[in-house]
Parts: sequence; structure tokens; C-alpha cells
Amino acid sequence: MAENPALPAARAPSPLAALLRHARHVVGENPVTAMAFGLFFLLLLCALLGPWIAPHDPLASDTARALAPPSLSNPFGTDHLGRDILSRVIVATRLDLGIAICSVALVFVLGGLAGVAAGFFGGWTDRIVGRIADTIMAFPLFVLAMGIVAALGNTVTNIVIATAIVNFPLYARIARAEAAVRREAGYVQAARLTGNGEWRVLLGTILPNILPIMAVQMSLTMGYAILNAAGLSFIGLGIRPPMPEWGIMVAEGAAYIVSGEWWVALFPGLALMLAVFTFNLLGDGLRDIVDPQRRS
Amino acid sequence: MLRTVLSRLGTALPSLAGVVVITFLLTRVLPGDPALYFAGPVASPEAIAAIRAQLGLDQPLWTQFAGYVAALFRGDLGTSLTTGRPVVEDIAARLPASAELTLLGLFIAVGIAVPLGILAALRQGSWIDHLCRLVTTAGVSLPVFFTGLLAVYVFYYLLGWSPAPLGRLDSFLSEPPARTGFLLIDSLLAGDTEVFRAALGQILLPALTLGIFALAPLARMTRAAMLAALSAEFIRTARANGLGGRTIVFAYAFRNAMLPVLTTLGMVFSFLLGANVLVEKVFAWPGIGSYAVEALIASDFAPVQGFVLTMAILYILLNLAIDLLYGLIDPRMRKVA
Amino acid sequence: MQRRAFLAATAGALAAPALRPAPAEAQSASRAETLLLVQEYGPNSMDMQGIGASQPVNGVALNCYDRLLSYKKVPLPDGGGHSFTLHALEPELAESWQEASDGMSVTFKLREAKFHSGRPVRAQDVKWSLDRAVSIGGFATTQMAAGSMEKPEQFVALDDRTFRIDFIRKDKLLMPNLGVTIPYVIDSETAKANSGGDPWAKEWLKNNVAGSGAFKVESWKPGVETIYARNDDWWNASKPKLRRIITRDIPSPSTRRALLERGDADVSALLPPKDFADLAAAGKVKVVGVPVPNGIWYCAMNSATGPFTDVRLRQAVAWAMPYEKIMQAALYGRGVIMSGAEGGPTTAWPQPFPYNTNIEKARALVQQAAPGGITTSVLFDAGQATVAEPIALLVKEALAPLGITVELNKVPGSNFRGELAKKNSPMVINRFAGWLDWPDYYFFWNFHGSNSIFNVASYQNPEMDRLIDTARFTSDAAAYEAAVKGFIGMAQREAPVVPLAQPLHDMAMQKNIGGYQFWPCREPDFRAFTKG
Repeated sequence: MAENPALPAARAPSPLAALLRHARHVVGENPVTAMAFGLFFLLLLCALLGPWIAPHDPLASDTARALAPPSLSNPFGTDHLGRDILSRVIVATRLDLGIAICSVALVFVLGGLAGVAAGFFGGWTDRIVGRIADTIMAFPLFVLAMGIVAALGNTVTNIVIATAIVNFPLYARIARAEAAVRREAGYVQAARLTGNGEWRVLLGTILPNILPIMAVQMSLTMGYAILNAAGLSFIGLGIRPPMPEWGIMVAEGAAYIVSGEWWVALFPGLALMLAVFTFNLLGDGLRDIVDPQRRS
Repeated sequence: MLRTVLSRLGTALPSLAGVVVITFLLTRVLPGDPALYFAGPVASPEAIAAIRAQLGLDQPLWTQFAGYVAALFRGDLGTSLTTGRPVVEDIAARLPASAELTLLGLFIAVGIAVPLGILAALRQGSWIDHLCRLVTTAGVSLPVFFTGLLAVYVFYYLLGWSPAPLGRLDSFLSEPPARTGFLLIDSLLAGDTEVFRAALGQILLPALTLGIFALAPLARMTRAAMLAALSAEFIRTARANGLGGRTIVFAYAFRNAMLPVLTTLGMVFSFLLGANVLVEKVFAWPGIGSYAVEALIASDFAPVQGFVLTMAILYILLNLAIDLLYGLIDPRMRKVA
Repeated sequence: MQRRAFLAATAGALAAPALRPAPAEAQSASRAETLLLVQEYGPNSMDMQGIGASQPVNGVALNCYDRLLSYKKVPLPDGGGHSFTLHALEPELAESWQEASDGMSVTFKLREAKFHSGRPVRAQDVKWSLDRAVSIGGFATTQMAAGSMEKPEQFVALDDRTFRIDFIRKDKLLMPNLGVTIPYVIDSETAKANSGGDPWAKEWLKNNVAGSGAFKVESWKPGVETIYARNDDWWNASKPKLRRIITRDIPSPSTRRALLERGDADVSALLPPKDFADLAAAGKVKVVGVPVPNGIWYCAMNSATGPFTDVRLRQAVAWAMPYEKIMQAALYGRGVIMSGAEGGPTTAWPQPFPYNTNIEKARALVQQAAPGGITTSVLFDAGQATVAEPIALLVKEALAPLGITVELNKVPGSNFRGELAKKNSPMVINRFAGWLDWPDYYFFWNFHGSNSIFNVASYQNPEMDRLIDTARFTSDAAAYEAAVKGFIGMAQREAPVVPLAQPLHDMAMQKNIGGYQFWPCREPDFRAFTKG
């Protein structure tokens, strides 16, 4: 609710070169951030090339080899239908990242624009956006997501929509706070004086300036979006089978933990964790890059 | 003070109204016809129609809504079809279980995250800082249902350290007389240490599972707030005046850093209260979260509406309490209000 | 350092043996007479006749109320306990009964028994209870009608201890239908006294038990636990061995399994088939499996609309079905396979169909009927996903090489019945079990032209209807046999439904638990359990 005190109150636009130099500096200084970037590229690779990297067909069952422990031919073992878990984990990357990216992009557009407009124009716009955000915040968020998916049906699109709606207040508030402090900043005044209309100032001057801070938020909510989708799957509101998806795989594998077939849940669980972990660290790293307090 | 409370409650009313309307509409769009579901497998169309009429589902939407709101003003949240009891009773019976679990989880999280955050801020950039970041980030990256299942498997099934995940208390022990509804407190009030130990054993694993999840926001906020406070003018002045490191950290910097941490605490609490839906499911915890999930899956409107409304009211009250606390800690806020 | 100290402290706290409450001396005696049963969910009412009662409410009806009669117990192989036969009836509240010479009524003599309230059980109570069952609507009324009990006028209390039922038609299901968990006997005076004006005391009986049964409900926390205590004044001389039954609702099946394996729970029902198979193989606990009478897992194909109106495609699916794989990967052997019958239909039900997995035959049929292939979808209940989803996935995979592309349509339980009611799903994977174990009863619900919700294939055929109706109401044994063989043979040829397996109803329990009794309602009978 209160904006992050680590974030600066106002900042003049900085040239791209300086930012890049600073980024190199942060990554060089902080091994954790470097690791996060490495992991991110690995995930991206799996998402793009998944079907070609996977050693087996992720959908092909082989009931004779059901629940086989990890081995050379199936390094992550097989599931209850004898499907190769490694292949399923790899192929699932695209879907999971896709859900996260789409939902974050959607909320970025909706929440970001609404928030910027609220902060910039104030008055009624501010009040309406604020009310909407307040109302959503008053909901228990996971249950709201559940309700939306249950009501609209459990498809990928609806999971994306539900995750975006749940994150709306966060984006709207951050964008609003950032836009409000910039409303009267010098460079904004300058843009006005050169004869730009209010909307042009908003979209052309304010929005680009708060993008870095929004990018940090996007990375952090990516992780949450993945967890949210996985949680929905666990409740039984996930994506329809047989598409491989980490959350569903963990939920299905959970039934086999007690009987000793730990690999069914563990590996998708680790992949899920790794992805969320990566996005969280990445968000932190991006914040360091964007945050001038660390730039001394 | 009273005026602050009233004006804050006044601004919260539109949100509450929004919650009521949205929940009502959302539950009506839920697929599945409760009449069909509860009429039993071999019901005739007439039987289904009779049940639909009995549930008031044959009325137009606005009539149903008017009825719902009228009942709401009488404090009637309707009757759950799955448990067959008034929703108010169900929620009253289950809320303490959820609140106790969430509060303990939050205590555990604060107990770990705040010292960790302070340490990370004091040793900014050191391995402690990095470790703090890794550990808390790993905590928030874990899907709680996965952590919970793993914890049950390791600590109950393999090691046998933790008691059977059978809910709040062993079936063979009787509950202490309910005063607060929190078993841990009630058992101590009754002087029954056996029940206290048993209840603690039951709650520890789910509370830890929940607590791990709350580490990251708290530790991060503590660290950030401490960093901000430590670099502030007044700390530099204090240092210049020759005050010792310990005094500066705890008497000045930490006191100032508490404000944002407190705000985060409030947010985390309301977030956990909603997020423990999954933990409750794993640990068979008889709280309101698991209650709402079962109801949602069964298209049972009344408990879902009741749950959401309860949570919304709690959220609003919680924020009010935090605002008031804020005022007590930071005298500047009082003038603003 | 601080972190390490914390970890050590946490580990210490978890390791503290004090956290496992040691059973006090005084409690150990009661533990020996107490049974802890864990189940997925508990009763949502105390009144099985009431609208919306869930499956576990049958257990309340079974253990806390008595009926006029019961069924003969049949020992299970390997001493696992008992099942039943519906073809031999045993007295319960009725000491004896006599059918009238014209065969159009039956008169019962009631035994001396007391309700929990202390009031004697009278014929007027029986009449009120049965009147209630046929009038209350919903499932109770439908179930009563299945045995041709439709109107209160059929029930006559002749005096306090004599009761008569008049038949509206001769129906072989009437007498067996008196033993199910619907026509139980309620303490009518107590119910009416508390009814608050409602003639059937619906609200009060939903929350209270007013029966004469072997157990009373000591406490009921919906969604958490139900505790039953023995009724020491029960009429039956052989009292239940156990004093108290605690049933806890534990939604997670793996937690239920863990509780059982660690010895913290005595009995668990409804685990996934894999867990029962594992537990049975490990031998640490006892697993009793009874083939569900009159029940099968099946794949239905819509014969009224969509691609499967063509019988050749239905037969193709029956030939393509991976029966062995389904038994292995979905049911883990906990069932009886329903493929590869030879030598024509018999009168048994369920019985295997004459299909087995033969891709060549399947391919030839698809070539004739739909050479271009088809795209379709299969519906199943998310609540039954443990078994239905692997089946659906295997079916999808088996049909793909034939050019039949199948999409999976998994819907939550609340929605499933609604989807079935629409009658437009091309394929459905589901299970059905009828309480009354007669083939004609099964076929009436599943294949009759009256097109009930259970006729998932929407199969309509006047010849089928004629055979089913003949079997239901004939009293001639030869005609009955011919009709049953006739409709089973027709179902095998027409294949609106492909039976996959007859499931086992499994119950896992500690080795010291004995006396398991299986009834049509599938809820455990607390009266028979023993411990020690």
C-alpha cells in the first residue's frame, strides 16, 4: 500500500548507455543477480525450444513402465502413465511462462494505464481507479482467482485473466504513485510548455519514465503468476489434461509422495520453484539496476 | 480518534458494497446447478424444480439479490448446502482455527524475518545479505501445497516427529472450554498443559509452512526500511554525537523502520488469511479457507459469499487497526489525521 | 550464526517427543473400544430422507436407525468380513412377515424395541416414516418408487405392533427395497414434537437423530468430525463390540494413507486404487475389496446425436479400447476386467462384453464408417479424476491411430450432472452402481427409452424397452431369463456403452480390526466392527 521507500521520489530520465553500464556493474558486483540472469536464459531456452530438446514425447504413455524411478533413459523417472517426466517438465515451460507473461502483460497494460491516468489527472479518474483497486484488494485474492476461473471455466485464457485481475491493484497503485510525483516535475512541465497535450505528455513523457519501476514489478509478479496458476491446478481448476503443466504435475504427483514415488512431484515442483525463484531474483536485480540509491 | 475511525469506516463502505455485488454475481455465474446437484442422482424434473423453488433459484436475479441483501442486514448469511448449517455458525466455528494458524505463522515469520532483515541491512552486500535474499526468495518461491505435503511426508510419515495431521487436536483429547477460540490460549487458561502440547504439535507444521511463505516480504521490507533509516540525517547526527552502534540501530533506526514493516505486516496477514486455503486443505485444518474451497467446488453459493464478506470486513478492520497503530508510533501522523 | 541457531531450535522443537501426546492410562481402556475412521468428507445432514443428503449420511441411517428388515450376510473369501445377498431377507425391526394369499400385500409383526428417547417403537412410527419417505420428494421418494412404494395409502398400521403394506402392483423389488437406507424407522412423536409446525420435521431431523439404532450421534461438526456412541439399550442381544466411533474428515487421500500406515487411524475408505493395491501388497494393513454389485466403470457413446450414432464407430471404439492397460494404470488391478467374453450372454450383471483390444478390427470399422476420421471429446467428473483421467488419457491415445481425435473435457463434480443432463456429450467416462442388484434394474436406469440422466448414451430402442419391461415385471422364471439375456446381448451388439471394469469397493484397516460388513449403501457398518 505504501510505496516502497527504497524507490526514489523523482528521477530525471537517464541515457540508455549509462543504464547499461550500471547494469553491467550491478551484475558484476552481485553474483546472485548474475545467476538469476543465467537461469532466466535457461528457462527461455526451454520455452522456445522445448519440444525439440525433450528426449521423449511428453504425451506418449507406456503403462508397462509406469512410475519408474529416475534412470539413464528417464533421468526424472516416469509418471503414473509411464510418460517421461523430464520431457514433460521441459515442454511445460512454454505453457507456464506463457501464462505468466500474458497475465503480467495484461495487468501491465490495464493496471499501468489506469494507475498512470489516476496519478496524472487526479480527481474523478483517481477516485474511480482507487475504488476499483480497493474493492479488489478487499477480496481474499486467491479465492477471487478461484472464483473467476470456476465461474468462467478452466481454460488458459481465463487463468490469465484471473491472475491479471488479482494483480490489478498492485500495478495501479505503483503506477499512480509514480505518475503523481512526476506530474509537476521539471521535465514534464517542459514537455507541456513545448505544446504537447495532456495525453501526449502522459503517454510520451510520464509512461516511459516509470517503465523501469514497472519492469521490476512485472518480474516479481511473474513468479506470483506461476504460483497462482499452480495453486489453481492443485485445487482442480487448472489447465485441462493432457497438456503438461508444472502445477498439475505437482498436484498429481502429490498423491505418490507417501507411496515412495517422490520423483513424480519433486521434479516439476523443483522446476516450478526454480522459475519463481528466478523471476524473484531477477526482479530484485532489476530493482538494483533501476534504483539510483544503489548507484552511488 | 473516534472521528478517524468513523471516517475510515465510511470510506470503506463503497468497497464493501462492491465486494457484496461482485461476489453475488460471480457465484451466480458458477457453472453447475445447485438444484440439480442436491436433488440427488435420480431426481425427476419436477423434483428438481421443487428444489429450485425451495432455494429461491427460480426468482429473477434482482429479486434474489434483494433477498440476499435484506438477509445480510439481519445478519443472516444463508445456509450452506454442503454442511447443512447456517453459514454464520459455520464461519464462527471455523474462523478461530484459521486465525490461530495464520497468527502463529505470522509470528514465526516475524521472528525469523525481522532479525534477518536487520542483519542483512547492517551487513549490506556481505554474504549474509546474499544468503538472506536467497533464503527468503526460496521461501516465497515454494508452492505452499508442495511444501506442506513434503513436510507431512518427512516429519510425520518418515521421522514420526510430528503428530498425525488430523486437524487441530488429537481425537482422544477433549477441547478446553472455549474463551478465545484459540486452542493454545484456551488450554493455558484452563491450565491443561497436555492439551496445550498436543495443540502445539498439531499447529506447528502448518504454521511453519505458512510462515516460510511470509518470510520474503517481511525480511525485504525490514532490510529496505533499515537501510533507508540508517542513511537518514538523524542517524548521521546521532553517530556524529558519538552514540554507540547498538543504541543507534535499535533505539533510532529500528524504531523508524518499524512503520513500513508494520504496513507490510498488515498486508501479509490478510494475504496469508486468504492463502492458507491451500495449507488448510493439505493439513485437514478445519478453518474457513478449506470451507470456502469445498463450497466453491460444490457451487454452494452461501458459504462462498459469507467467506468473502468476512474476509473483506477483516481486511478493512485490519487496515484500520494498522492506521491507528501508525498514529501511536509516529506522532506526525496524528496531526495529519 | 543466528540462522543456524534458529534451525537448531526448530529441529529441537520438532524432535521433542513431548509433542506426541502419550495416551494417558485412563484413555487406553477407551481406545481399545474406540474406532477411528478417516474419510474424505462426512455427512452434511442426519437425515438421509431429506433433500441434498450426501453419501456419508447413509452411514447415519445405517447405524443410528433401524429398518423393518435387513439382508442375509454372506462371508467374503479369505475371512475379510461379510457382504450380503438381496435374495434372502433377515428380520430387523420386523420380527416376522407374511405375504397375503392374493400376493397383493404383506403384513409385518414388529419386535419390542425402544427409540433413543425411550419411547417404544410402534407401527404408527413405521407408517409415519414410510409416509415421509414417499412424500418428501427428491432422492428418497424416487428410491421408494423403485420398489413400487408411491403413496402413503399403501402403508397401514393395524395396531401398535402390526403393520401392513399394500401393493399397487407386483414388484419383486418392493421387499428388498425395505432394507436400503431410506425406509428407516423414525421416532415420529419426538420428531413431531420438535417439528415447529413442519409436517415432516425436516429441519429438526436434519440436525438430530430420532431412531432406535445401535448408535447415537454424540457430536457432529460438519466438515470436521462426527462421533458416534453405542446405544446400550439397543433391542439386539448381540451388542456392538465398540463403544465409540470417531469419523474424521481428511480430504487428502495421501494423508489418509499415511495415517493408516503409521497406525494412527483404524479404518480408511475411498483411497485411490493405487494406494489400496500398494497397501494390500505391503501387507502391513488389511485391505478388503468387494466387487461393487451392479456397478461398472464404462465409456458411453452418444447414440442419439454426434458421430457415435453410427453403430460401427461405437463398435470400433469397443475393439480399440485398451482394457488391460486401463486395468493396470487406472485401477491397479482393483477391479474385474469386462472384456473378452465368449459363448454368448448370461443372466449375470455386470458381465464382460465380447470385445477385446483388436486394433485391426477397429481400424476396418472406422474405414467403413468414417474414413476421414473424426474429432470428438470425452467428458468425465473431476471428482473421479483419479481413475477417470488415466482412462480418458489412455482412450485418447488408443483412438488417435484410428483417426479419432479425442479432447478431454474434465468438469467439476457440481457441473458434471448438469453436463450429463444436457445429453449432448459424445463420449463419457463414468461409473454407475445400482443399490438393488438386478440386471433389469441396472438396464432400466441406463438403457431404457425413458432416458433417465443415467442413460448417458441416450440409447433409445423400443425392442430394448420391451425386453427390460418384461424382465422387470414378469413372474415367470424362463421369460425373465430370456429377457435378460436378450437385453444384455442387444447391449453387447449395439455397444452404446463399453463396460471397462467392475470396480472393487475397497476398505483398508488395521490388522486388529475385524467384522467388516459391506452393504448396498457402501458405508461401513459400525455394529459389526471388532477391535483387538
